Amino acid sequence: MEPKVINQTLSKAAHSGRWKYGQHSCFCQKQGSGNNWAYGYSVHGPRHEESIMNLIQKEVEKCDSLNGFLIIMSMAGGTGSGLGAFVTQNLQDRYSNSLKMNQIIWPYGTGEVIVQNYNSILTLSHLYRSSDALLIHENDAVHKICAKLMNIKQISFRDINQVLAHQLGSVFQPTYSGEGSFHYRRNPLGDLMENLVPHPEFKMLGVRNIPQMSENSLAYSTFTWAGLLKHLRQMLISNAKMEEGIDWQVRPPLSGLPMLGKMSLNKEFHFNTSIANLVILRGKDVHSAELGAFKDPALYTSWLEPVHAFSVWKTQRAFSKYEKSAALVSNSQFLVKPLDMIVGKAWNMFASKAYIHQYTKFGIEEEDFLDSFTLLEQVIASYCNLGF
Amino acid sequence: MEEGVVNEILQGPLRDVFDSKQLITDISGSGNNWAVGHKVFGSLYQEQILEKLRKSAEHCDCLQCFFVIHSMGGGTGSGLGTFLLKVLEDEFPEVYRFVTSVYPSGEDDVITSPYNSMLAMKELNEHADCVLPIDNQSLFDIISKIDLMVNSGKLGTAIKPKSLVTSSAGAFKKRQEKPFDAMNNIVANLLLNLTSSARFEGSLNMDLNEISMNLVPFPQLHYLVSSLTPLYTLADVNIPSRRLDQMFSDAFSKDHQLIQADPKHSLYLACALMVRGNVQISDLRRNIERLKPSLRFVSWNQEGWKTSLCSVPPVGHSHSLLALANNTCVKPTFIELRERFTRLYKKRAHLHHYLQIEGMEESCFTEAMSSLSALIQEYNQLDATKSMPAEDLPRLRVAV
Repeated sequence: MEPKVINQTLSKAAHSGRWKYGQHSCFCQKQGSGNNWAYGYSVHGPRHEESIMNLIQKEVEKCDSLNGFLIIMSMAGGTGSGLGAFVTQNLQDRYSNSLKMNQIIWPYGTGEVIVQNYNSILTLSHLYRSSDALLIHENDAVHKICAKLMNIKQISFRDINQVLAHQLGSVFQPTYSGEGSFHYRRNPLGDLMENLVPHPEFKMLGVRNIPQMSENSLAYSTFTWAGLLKHLRQMLISNAKMEEGIDWQVRPPLSGLPMLGKMSLNKEFHFNTSIANLVILRGKDVHSAELGAFKDPALYTSWLEPVHAFSVWKTQRAFSKYEKSAALVSNSQFLVKPLDMIVGKAWNMFASKAYIHQYTKFGIEEEDFLDSFTLLEQVIASYCNLGF
Repeated sequence: MEEGVVNEILQGPLRDVFDSKQLITDISGSGNNWAVGHKVFGSLYQEQILEKLRKSAEHCDCLQCFFVIHSMGGGTGSGLGTFLLKVLEDEFPEVYRFVTSVYPSGEDDVITSPYNSMLAMKELNEHADCVLPIDNQSLFDIISKIDLMVNSGKLGTAIKPKSLVTSSAGAFKKRQEKPFDAMNNIVANLLLNLTSSARFEGSLNMDLNEISMNLVPFPQLHYLVSSLTPLYTLADVNIPSRRLDQMFSDAFSKDHQLIQADPKHSLYLACALMVRGNVQISDLRRNIERLKPSLRFVSWNQEGWKTSLCSVPPVGHSHSLLALANNTCVKPTFIELRERFTRLYKKRAHLHHYLQIEGMEESCFTEAMSSLSALIQEYNQLDATKSMPAEDLPRLRVAV
């Protein structure tokens, strides 16, 4: 799959002079998956299982202490989604004690691939069973960040990938392992999952960053922790994807009063309930940052105390070019609406049986589709009921 | 078959493109008779054809698809061409078969073309993965439009050399060639753009099997209407983004389609946009947003767009767009084909030429007719849903 892409990636990295991929730590084939999840999962998967798992084994053996696996994939195509799901399942079987986080690219709502909704629901349902956490990035949101915050006129995939890299970096760069400690965290992946995924039914995580702006604007801006954290908190509770256009009207429900009625998807989502949140602060004077607002029990579900639900990581070292920056990784109702939309569209298409013959050709039957729909409807319902 | 034609190509400027060992010819033609092409030459040359196919296929690392380029109205292209499809399906069942068929236009000179086309349609229905219908009338219209542009000499407009879709040589020479060369050039460009993403790098690649996957929702509905823009590039420097948007709008107008069809007023099942050149994802998205409201998509595929970006533009242009649409506007072509067939068949005119070939019976004709009617019926059903509002079907309800 994708020999051109892999070759390009390897050569670009090698030329940058900063870091490169090992010559033999890649695997590709000439034959693609044709945007067909069934082809990636049922044909490419079993055919290349040996080679792929051997490559992974080699890398694993080099590690002193394996944290886990971060699998980066897209949902709309055939290889990323189908083969990605297959590999994750294999990792589950072979390395059952290691943690797996899948970083997933949620496709544009207006379509890059026509069968993206089918590919997405099949991927999500399979990953929900075999992965430990799903870190989700939406193309639409990242595109808006590029347009509004970074002021890029002609957005290319390079710009989008840059924002994604920034978001991932802000989460996984080293931080101190405890308050006042001088040792770096040994297992960020494990700690992250321990804090954010307390229950296997709720695995969808989203990332929000602040600030994000173009280099030109950076020279004219100064930040305070209070300002950054206030915006970040409002982004969390109003489900904003970036720091512009935040709805300041949204407030958490007053504690003690019962929630009025069930949260229905037809009405506008007003308040975003969280299961768990992790805030990562990087930069000057980080110890002076005041995080009490995030520990408000009204933000969280009733079955988890804020002391367990909220955690914070800090480091004095600035990240990228920002003197102070904050990232929020959140397990909350962020993604219910996009998920609901994808399931709805896929269901409509499924009802007319369009494109199904392309999947049954490679062994994915209608029952597999129905299983996926059932699982995802269950996830949507569980997340919706968090408001109680 | 067509020894004369093949010899002429071998002496022309393209002689090095073809491997002479891979050519099969015969002195006699098919006499515009589908039965001769399909049954007689088919069985005669089956071994040879298979032999040569296998040899070529062995050279390939990874065989993606076969392109069959033929006409529907004659005897050889139509008969032997569709025989080939069956052979390919048996011999290489996993390899996609893309067929570029030239349909007979309104005034064509072959009297038995309705019979040939009808019989060929049945084969296309059953054995092709994807068909790109083209007709001569549309190609001719496009050529006339380009000629008009070149010769009108409007103030300030000068065509960049080598940037015409129709011409491989300089655009300013008075062309003595028959218009068929220019028309064939358009089809050649179509195929080049189709495969460009597989041959060159780009930010959003698309393989050929993705075309079939995304654009064919039901196995029988595999007819794709194609359009190529821009047809020529003006030599003076223009505002880039306006030119780009114009390219997208043109791709949906009925003057740029390679078959007599008006996709804007019919129902879209799916649409693919293959862009080449210096175009970014934001331009693509912007244009899709802009054009979407004026196009009607089927209710279960409201956002049925497949996009691909290739960074290498074609020669002479800075960017180009190929739009492939699975659209019910192919229906009129098929209905007209059926009319012309019925007119001849009712009188049983010229039928004896076909029936005297071994293996042909009247049932072949009636089966072909019913196959085409079933296809038209499918399109009718889809069109009937055009005016219905899109309803959301009730979803699975889960007990929490």
